[in-house]
Amino acid sequence: MPTENRDDTLAAAQHSGAPTLASAIPAGHGHATTSEFKIRARDVNVFYGEKQALFDVSLDVPAKSVTAFIGPSGCGKSTFLRCINRMNDTIPSAKVLGSIEIDGSDVNAKSVDPVVLRSRVGMVFQKPNPFPKTIFENVAYGPKIHGLASRKDELEAIVESSLKKAGLWNEVSDRLHQPGTGLSGGQQQRLVIARAIAVSPEVILMDEPCSALDPIATAKIEELIDELRSQFCIVIVTHSMAQAARVSQKTAFFHLGKLVESGPTEEMFTNPRDTRTQDYITGRFG
Amino acid sequence: MLTWLSLLFLALFSGAAFMAGRSRALKSSGGSKAKLHSLPNYYGLYAALWAGAPAALLLLLGATFGGRVEDAMLQAQRPAAVQALTPDRQDVFFSDVNAVATGQAASEVSYDGPLRAAFDAKVVEAKRIDGIVSYSVLGLAGLLALAGFLLATPRINTEFRARNRVEGWIAGVLIACSIAAVLTTLGIVMSLIYESWRFFESVSPLSFLFGTEWAPQIAMRADQVASSGAFGAVPLFAGTFLVMLIAMLVAAPIGLYSAIYLSEYAGRSMRATIKPLLEILAGVPTVVYGFFAALTVGPLFRAFFNGIGEQMAGGPLDGIAQYLMQVQNQMALVAGVVMGIMLIPFVSSLSDDIINAVPQSLRDGSYAMGATKSETVKKVVLPAALPGIMAAMLLAVSRAVGETMIVTMAAGLQAKLTANPLDTVTTVTVQIVTLLTGDQEFDSPKTLSAFGLGLTLFVVTLGLNIIALRIVQKYREQYD
Amino acid sequence: MTDASLSPSGISPGAPAARPAESARDALLKKRHRSEKLFRAQGMAAIVVAMIFLVVLVGRIVAQGYSTFETHTLTVPVYLNPERIDVNALEGVNYDYIVAEAMMKKLGVQDDDLGTTSGKIMDLTSRDFGNQLLQMVKKDRSLIGKTVNVTGSVKADADLYYKGEIKRSTAEEDRKLDNQQLDWLDRLKKDGTVQTGFNTKFFTNSDSTEPEQAGVWGAVIGSAMMLFITAMIAIPVGVLAAVYLEEFAPKNRWTDIIEVNINNLAAVPSIVYGLLGLALFINWLHVPRGSPLVGGLVLALMALPTVIIATRSSLKAVPPSIREAALGVGASKAQTVFHHVLPLAMPGVMTGAILSLAHALGETAPLLMIGMVAFVPGAPENFASSATVLPVQVFIWENASERAFHERTAAAIIVLLVFMILMNATAVILRRRFERRW
Repeated sequence: MPTENRDDTLAAAQHSGAPTLASAIPAGHGHATTSEFKIRARDVNVFYGEKQALFDVSLDVPAKSVTAFIGPSGCGKSTFLRCINRMNDTIPSAKVLGSIEIDGSDVNAKSVDPVVLRSRVGMVFQKPNPFPKTIFENVAYGPKIHGLASRKDELEAIVESSLKKAGLWNEVSDRLHQPGTGLSGGQQQRLVIARAIAVSPEVILMDEPCSALDPIATAKIEELIDELRSQFCIVIVTHSMAQAARVSQKTAFFHLGKLVESGPTEEMFTNPRDTRTQDYITGRFG
Repeated sequence: MLTWLSLLFLALFSGAAFMAGRSRALKSSGGSKAKLHSLPNYYGLYAALWAGAPAALLLLLGATFGGRVEDAMLQAQRPAAVQALTPDRQDVFFSDVNAVATGQAASEVSYDGPLRAAFDAKVVEAKRIDGIVSYSVLGLAGLLALAGFLLATPRINTEFRARNRVEGWIAGVLIACSIAAVLTTLGIVMSLIYESWRFFESVSPLSFLFGTEWAPQIAMRADQVASSGAFGAVPLFAGTFLVMLIAMLVAAPIGLYSAIYLSEYAGRSMRATIKPLLEILAGVPTVVYGFFAALTVGPLFRAFFNGIGEQMAGGPLDGIAQYLMQVQNQMALVAGVVMGIMLIPFVSSLSDDIINAVPQSLRDGSYAMGATKSETVKKVVLPAALPGIMAAMLLAVSRAVGETMIVTMAAGLQAKLTANPLDTVTTVTVQIVTLLTGDQEFDSPKTLSAFGLGLTLFVVTLGLNIIALRIVQKYREQYD
Repeated sequence: MTDASLSPSGISPGAPAARPAESARDALLKKRHRSEKLFRAQGMAAIVVAMIFLVVLVGRIVAQGYSTFETHTLTVPVYLNPERIDVNALEGVNYDYIVAEAMMKKLGVQDDDLGTTSGKIMDLTSRDFGNQLLQMVKKDRSLIGKTVNVTGSVKADADLYYKGEIKRSTAEEDRKLDNQQLDWLDRLKKDGTVQTGFNTKFFTNSDSTEPEQAGVWGAVIGSAMMLFITAMIAIPVGVLAAVYLEEFAPKNRWTDIIEVNINNLAAVPSIVYGLLGLALFINWLHVPRGSPLVGGLVLALMALPTVIIATRSSLKAVPPSIREAALGVGASKAQTVFHHVLPLAMPGVMTGAILSLAHALGETAPLLMIGMVAFVPGAPENFASSATVLPVQVFIWENASERAFHERTAAAIIVLLVFMILMNATAVILRRRFERRW
């Protein structure tokens, strides 16, 4: 097995002597664990019809920090990301094996309602996808369907605070009732982030959130990601190694559907263990 | 026959021109293909086209319009005995002349005395005119073919760009074909306007559009002056609207819901079975729906309502019961429901296209927020698709308004101004069919009123289509 | 593990409003899932209803029509009585009575002075018997005075009785045949005089005023001739027009107008094309009324926009790289299109053309306008002679008052549908076999 997972030891060492994961989360534990790891994946295999897209991926994602998935396109990083909030359910031919636990409970368990899961695991996509509604309606969509606000002023408060957190409030406060599709690409992406955090998720998944944006808008989003780190567990898929180095604390490198290695970002970029990682980082392929 | 023979001869001549052009080109280059600007066949084609095409066009025009020219020449001079006849009889006279001249059976009208003399004279004249016209067309065509050949071939030499010339001809043919579509529209508009105008000469457009009594049969006899007032089309519009409304009440929800189910919920295999089945429903000819309405749905509904009436008879609602017991096979409800069934696949496939045009990223965005499928459909997909779906409904309305066979076979003929779906109503299309089937006299307002109705129908459906297609186009641009 | 295990962590809520209480949240969730199920059920119900309509429609037509394919024939020895046949006026002989005589002999009944019995018997046997006798005698006069065996179908009402459509249990005055006639029919059936067989006449005969003699041959030929005209005009003109618009036309106001025009033409009600045909082809150009020629012309105009639209979309599907490759080796625009693009688009073009022809095959309304409703007792001889076509035959028979025509209407519909399904299947096979994905 080429998969080499150093997390168990390295991450544990980094995070001030936390117990190893296996013992930290009793199976089926009903409450938030004390673990520093928010997400724990074991032997995840994904098939799209006949084609296998992920091979035995095991990975731990720390809470309240940014984890970056890097790798050449088609390497399975987005596929793995979509397993975490079960977005693969929407693809009829997709089949997910293995276990992914958030706070110790398996997201693929029959008893888990994907609707509830996704309200806790938000997602931001590659291309900004605001709904063809007003800015206000876009942000209010989640709180409305999940019944998070019972009164209009509560809803307004949620919208305002989400837009503020997404750093968009100053730009749109005077045109909340104009269509969200009228904003610039970078603004749209921040609107989508505001929409995601309006339901107070615990995890935010970002699938190449800056690939459709110009450098200035990208910088703003990266800044935002860094701010949100204090409140959310963020997983970001990125094409750009520079971005991974800038925003993440932990990095995982995927290649041909396999997790090659993962570890603290600094270490990965300065001292990769696997030659494939080294080749990728130094730009030999990908 | 003469035309076919001459076309055949022309084709042979044109083939000869092809060979001549080709060999001339090869001769001019000393037999080397490489020295020529174009391939040798293009030189042949160039010569053949000039030799054949103009003459063929003339022959076809002659075949199409020659008869009309002959008629005009023949009827230019009418002997006194003929002029004494009524216009109708004059027409019969001339059609008999033509029949006898071409050796066909004439009508049974007998001509005596001066009329007989005039008849025989005209028959001779008709034969003479026919000879003149046919042979002058033939002669002219022959001249054209020869002239085309003689003008085209000398230009052939190594430098001559035969391919470009031939492609010019091809482009011309292509343009002519695409203009055919425009000509069709023009033909529709012109013929409808022309005949309607003749109708509106005897019936004012206002009383046609706003009159509430429709009884075209009254104006049939010449001694009745009641042609005005009997052509009020409002009952027809009302009947059309009522049937359309019932049809849409059936087709819109069922069509839309099945489109949603097929595009959002159904698995691949279910889509693969249901869609072709819906296509079958869409491909069934309307006359079959009409048969189904008249012989299955009609009697069924009648039995149902009569049964209810019998149950209720004698009760507090005896009036309604008595009415229900009188309900007939032909009613707006039957036509409307069956038309609705016919429209289900139409609405469904249009809505399916529209819903599929909503980008997947919007659905993903909604699912990622933790929305259920129905919430995603109701709050994101449908609002995004709304303009397109409205357009689809407008197209379905336009289909319903223009549908003919179902209403002809199941709605009835009585022009009633009613909103009662159990009543028999008549529609614009039914009246057009009734007025124009069988023998027609083309100067009675009765026949011409069909064109007035046709014009109204055309304008309404065209308006609906233009609006709907505009909306769809805008909608598609939004997501492209 | 329950939903609760994915419960709030220590993360401070993203908004001032706290998450709603657990129970309220569960209640809301339940409600949401209920409405999800309801919505899904509504969609499913819509599809089920549509499918029920389809099954009922097809089922009813098959149920009403299949009995047409079964027919009852009767063989009877007929004595060609020289006293009744005037050799000098063969056409004028009452052969029907001669047949009735033979039947009376077979049944062992006597005619009265008023001819009541022979009249009743003539109600049971088709006029076809008389026709057959006439043809036989015309061919070979030596038959007169001899006995010949003649086979023909029973009359429509008798046929309906054998098929159980007319029942003995119905009161005698409410049915077309009286008890005595039913008794005779039972006897004929019992002694094997009446045979059940496949109704080939329905396919080889044309329209007739007598239901048992009526068939679809004339209508099938009429439809074929009409579709031939339609195809010969609509397909070349439509394909060439589409080639021009898609490959050659500059993008300007005129081509925009043509494009909008074509899209709108496709949605013009078919009856309007009938009015056009009446005014243009019949009144102005004097094309013979009710002929395959005029019908084909009208349907060609109607099919034109659909052919153009289908051709354009399959031309669009050919990737630009093909055009660039051809132009790159020095082919002219016309050569590029006619040597490369059009052949590649051909499967799609043919599919679209066949589908629009199938649609034209089922079209009725415009044909009523141009005089195709006449009674035509035979296949059209040429493109200018009076003809009837399948859907119009359906319309005419549906209007007929005899009950026996109703089953023939359904049978004609089955024939029509079989042709349409064949055409559609051809189109699907073409698409499957030759379509390429770029």
